[in-house]
Amino acid sequence: MSATGFGPFITAARAAGHLVVQPRMGMSSPDEMRAGLMAVKRATPTTVGTITVDSFTRGNNHAAAQNALLDGERLNGYPIVAHGPQTTAALLDGILSPDFPIQVRHGSPDPRQVFAAMVKAGLSASEGGPVSYCLPYGRYPLRESVHAWGAACDFLAEARADTEGAEPHMETFGGCMLGQLCPPSLLVALSVLEALFFRQHGLRSVSLSYAQQTDPGQDLEALAALSRLAGDLLAGLDWHIVLYAYMGVYPKTAQGAHLLLGEAARLAVRGGAARLIVKTRAEAHRIPTIAENIEALEYAGAVAGHTATARPDAPASYCAVTDTGLHAEASLIVDAVLGLHPDVGLALLRAFQHGLLDVPFCLHPDNHGRTQAFINDAGRLHWSDTGALPIRRGAKGDGHMSSATLLAALGHVSAKFDAAAAAHLPRGRTPPTPLVAHTEECAP
Amino acid sequence: MPPMYSRGDRRRAVLTTISSDSHTWNLIFLQLLLEEHQYRVHNLGPCVPVELLVAECSAELPHLIVVSTVNGHGFHEGARIGFALRAVPALEGVPLVIGGKLGIDGSQPERCDELLAAGFDAVFYDEPGQLAAFRGFLEAAAAGTRLFA
Repeated sequence: MSATGFGPFITAARAAGHLVVQPRMGMSSPDEMRAGLMAVKRATPTTVGTITVDSFTRGNNHAAAQNALLDGERLNGYPIVAHGPQTTAALLDGILSPDFPIQVRHGSPDPRQVFAAMVKAGLSASEGGPVSYCLPYGRYPLRESVHAWGAACDFLAEARADTEGAEPHMETFGGCMLGQLCPPSLLVALSVLEALFFRQHGLRSVSLSYAQQTDPGQDLEALAALSRLAGDLLAGLDWHIVLYAYMGVYPKTAQGAHLLLGEAARLAVRGGAARLIVKTRAEAHRIPTIAENIEALEYAGAVAGHTATARPDAPASYCAVTDTGLHAEASLIVDAVLGLHPDVGLALLRAFQHGLLDVPFCLHPDNHGRTQAFINDAGRLHWSDTGALPIRRGAKGDGHMSSATLLAALGHVSAKFDAAAAAHLPRGRTPPTPLVAHTEECAP
Repeated sequence: MPPMYSRGDRRRAVLTTISSDSHTWNLIFLQLLLEEHQYRVHNLGPCVPVELLVAECSAELPHLIVVSTVNGHGFHEGARIGFALRAVPALEGVPLVIGGKLGIDGSQPERCDELLAAGFDAVFYDEPGQLAAFRGFLEAAAAGTRLFA
């Protein structure tokens, strides 16, 4: 295995006991993009850089991005194809290095042109997946996304000869589907399935995402399940877990946002994640500034540091989870999908056709839309309807969600953390994860 | 989402967004809200091209067309939707409304007028009270009140 690149850097940081923290960041101007990356590189915690592309580039409308640049308009991200590899390579000069790898984030159902532009500029790490960058965001047919993603991953894997020894890396976005209100077992299963898709297309270094949901105990169990499945199914690959700080409606108060990010940082350390994607206190209101991003990275890094060196009198709760059956449920889904076809891409397609994969609240025409989820009285995400998913767990809600219930569910986390901030809870306090007899150890 | 009412006696609504908007939680919420007001909802999902919207509405001849968008391009792209739908004779009189976060620079009343001029019957801008105003609109419709003077 190559010693350099995005994945090996993070694996080494984890071995040294450091959580790697990473922002979301993309500016249309190369100078601003460079300034943002430089600030991230200089931050105190162990960081990796992010280049997020704009929405024209995401949709492969590179002419529109080019026109916007010519008109002097500011885009909502860095148009990596329109700027071209020379401009990108120049902005990376002196920043991209073995101790500061950079990931390109794009959100495209067809990332082939983005990957080509990225590799020409010397970048070899990206993220997404044939399901997670297709179903939530548009009308692009899943079949075409699977095809485009297969070709893009083949290209990226073969580019390892051109990236100066840096092993190409792909991260699944499947653990973040729709940002909120997707039960963790399905997030875990989709993340594992997209990682298997990447492996089939030649990638040797992958990360598996999971997005913080509504309950820290349930999230801890999900991270343990994800690690266990990755350990079982990705033998021989360089892999790590990446946690996303909550992606849904964010707390409106700065203190509420801090509490939520702090909980994400503790969850990352306790759950065995090697990397954390942060959110800022500006998230509920607008696109954050560089300074707000750095503040979030510093805060998350500090909380993670404290958590890693936590009081020796409470170590057990940091690496033990309550098994409510989440791993078993995710395993059933993964096994059922893989059983449909030896080709992971075709298996994913058939699974959606049959409803064996079915994402709640997802309006894409290739998604059955027969599943439904809710937040129970204890604040955990559960299925109220499992549709044709290959899991036995039946409906536990009343089977129908009203518009008012949906609004409350979407705002559940935001309201909880704004209320906690208002009540002046001591910084960093969260309800302890209950310890019961039935536990399993975290994966390494 | 399980239907709350039998389908035969419900009015039909087409729910849509602009072609550049990939957000869907707003559409899911509005589908439930419309169903609670006894509409049968055809939810077109994210990133709807104008041509698709015109084709779907022409085929369905709904009792209401709702455009919801939150990416800040609503003023920019909304007018084209209004002109395109009103160009279809069968859709000339169908109530057509738009709402959400329509611009990136806060409230712009003059741009609301542009949308009204393009054929929209009402603009629900993202300010406190707009959701209540939209509910009021739906309740008036349910009570059989004429929607627009």
